[in-house]
Amino acid sequence: MNFELSDELVALREVARDFAANEIGPHARQWDREGQIPREAIAKLGELGFLGTLAPAELGGAELGYLGNAVVIEEIARQCGGTALMLAAHNGLCMGHLLVAANDEQKNQYIPRLASGEMLGSWCLTEPSSGSDAAALKSRAVLDGDQWIINGSKMFVTNGYQAGVFVVMARTSDDSKTKGISAFIVDRDTPGLTVGEKEDKMGMRASDTVPLTLEDVRVPRDHLCGELNQGFIDALRVLERGRIAIGALSVGLGRGALEESLAYAKQREQFDKPLTEHQTLQFMMADMAMEIDAARLLVRKAAVKQDIGQPSEIDASIAKLFASEMATRACLSAIQICGGYGYTKDLPVERLMRDAKLCEIGEGSSQVQRIIISRRILEQAKGM
Amino acid sequence: MDFDLSEDHRLLQQEIREFSFKEVAPGAEQRDHDCKLPKQLWDQLVELGLLGICIPEEYGGAGMDTVASTIVVEEISKSCAGTGVFISAHNSLCVDPILAFGNESQKRKYLPMLASGTVGCLSLTEPGSGSDAGGAKCLAVEEKNGWRINGNKIFVTNGAEAGVMVLIAVTDPSEKRRLSAFIVEHPWEGLRIGKLEKKLGIRCSSTAEYVFEDCLIPKENLLGERGKGLNVALATLDGGRIGIGAQALGIAEACLYVGARYANQREQFNQPLANFQAIQNKIADMKVRIEASRNLLYRAAWMKDRHLPYGYYSAMAKLFASETASLCANHAVQIYGGYGYTQDYPAERFLRDAKITEIYEGTSEIHRLVIFRGLTSESETGWTAKV
Repeated sequence: MNFELSDELVALREVARDFAANEIGPHARQWDREGQIPREAIAKLGELGFLGTLAPAELGGAELGYLGNAVVIEEIARQCGGTALMLAAHNGLCMGHLLVAANDEQKNQYIPRLASGEMLGSWCLTEPSSGSDAAALKSRAVLDGDQWIINGSKMFVTNGYQAGVFVVMARTSDDSKTKGISAFIVDRDTPGLTVGEKEDKMGMRASDTVPLTLEDVRVPRDHLCGELNQGFIDALRVLERGRIAIGALSVGLGRGALEESLAYAKQREQFDKPLTEHQTLQFMMADMAMEIDAARLLVRKAAVKQDIGQPSEIDASIAKLFASEMATRACLSAIQICGGYGYTKDLPVERLMRDAKLCEIGEGSSQVQRIIISRRILEQAKGM
Repeated sequence: MDFDLSEDHRLLQQEIREFSFKEVAPGAEQRDHDCKLPKQLWDQLVELGLLGICIPEEYGGAGMDTVASTIVVEEISKSCAGTGVFISAHNSLCVDPILAFGNESQKRKYLPMLASGTVGCLSLTEPGSGSDAGGAKCLAVEEKNGWRINGNKIFVTNGAEAGVMVLIAVTDPSEKRRLSAFIVEHPWEGLRIGKLEKKLGIRCSSTAEYVFEDCLIPKENLLGERGKGLNVALATLDGGRIGIGAQALGIAEACLYVGARYANQREQFNQPLANFQAIQNKIADMKVRIEASRNLLYRAAWMKDRHLPYGYYSAMAKLFASETASLCANHAVQIYGGYGYTQDYPAERFLRDAKITEIYEGTSEIHRLVIFRGLTSESETGWTAKV
């Protein structure tokens, strides 16, 4: 057992924390309002290696592992959930899928450019009519000579507005629901690919979310990513790991809620004493602190298991479920502690709350996580 | 970071799990009914070395660490939370303060006794002082040949069986540091057991009142420095919380185990309960909180073993685990439905047992105060640099 971060990860956390406080925090309100993260900020994240957290060093990545990735995401999310979501989708989903399934040639072609920040990556699974039931997707890819022709539409594509490359899931066989889907690498400038207008979202506004339309999109045959008809199976592995990152993101948001509301409570006086001397508020903050800590440990355990190659599907679901619901609770408490001021955009807690809500929905809703977790427990309990 | 148990700890876990399943589980219902821990079970615990698990080998113990004692209490509590707290109270409320604050001759005298079958307890709470432990009134007056003790202590876990107690009493009523700690043997002249509590849960664990009437104990039985009794009590409780957290975790795991098993077996509307999403959600929520509790708990135990400042962390572990135990027990009863409300199934016992973990060794409310204090004071969370 060892519950301490290594010295390297402590150092990484300090770098990420300072960067987030100095380069992200001061602009987060503006990015939320304008609905975008400026190019220069993304370039700086690239310089720090944060756009290649999971990629191996020989492909230009920072090779931080899932634990290191979680440390970075938490720190960025502490200041801006949208920026952290952009990183999570880029590193964990797009590059994550390439790392899981792509061949060496594909990796050599795309990973260095993604890791350096030359371009951002997107991952396209969800469709207008398939969310939690992701394998019900309808986009279709048909082989025509040396090319795949892809048709369909995708929904809620994170980073899609500016991404240079998309990993697109499409049906390639009707023989099996889950084993009839393949992944394709689609460059942004491919004819027939139309990036729609940004969604006008409640939160995570700095991160863009778009619909995609694919009309007779032709990609070379070798843009199939992974084995034919195994795309959904690979996607599940990608999602499993992605959930660790959403858990870390939630921890960062929860921590933001606690730190911001505690700072407010220390200087705000009512009934002739600071809010911090009122027991009800003390207890709210104690609960926030405890739950943040519990969530962080769950996230780190899932990340460590992933890093050492132990099965971590359930751990990832547990971490994501608890952390995301914790974040929403913590943010609502923070608004409550800050009262009327917390309800305005002069304090960041209302933004944190809007951001947190997404964590209960994206990359597998809380309801889907509960199905995954209970299915395992009930299976284990058979024959007891 | 590494969340896995060491090989030694894993072997211990396996051994205790097996013992718990075979020897502790079968009589749990009866013990709950009888409100008594049979001497035979207690002897088995001694034989396994569980009452000396953290006592160094030179004093006759097993020389293991807090992680080990946490494993023991967790595994035993899965079968019987009353037996779990018997072990926890002995180890963390009596052995631990003697180890931490005792002088060499006190350790030589009492630790071998406690490792080999003499049961230990802590006398802290009084009728008028529970959460406000510093408000104790039980008086210890220094005389030429000892300390004369007068007063009442209540809610003493293991009080009916104990042969050695750590006592917190007032030595300096007008001073700021008014309390001191003592080691008292039982039986002893002037000390008698008063009321034995009839309780909602953990019924096989005894909860006694101690009445001191001109009880004269030797001078050398002062434990630690005069005036430092509250420190002894609070430091002891910091560690005790890990034991109660382990007890709570064991209860919660038992609830998940029986709840999931029953959900698979029981059919309604022509299908197992396990097919219904409402039941699945309960199972998932239990599992999530159990995993979170385990991490918090073992981190606190690991920190204590490394002599890191762990009070803030053990408070979080105990608070989270105890509220988890109650939630899981409530879910388990609900999954069982009407049967869960009867004594034919263990769920109702788990619910009764779970409730105490939110109350003793610091209520949930006291823990929230401890956590908030830690949150606003760097010195109490001094370890955060590596978190």
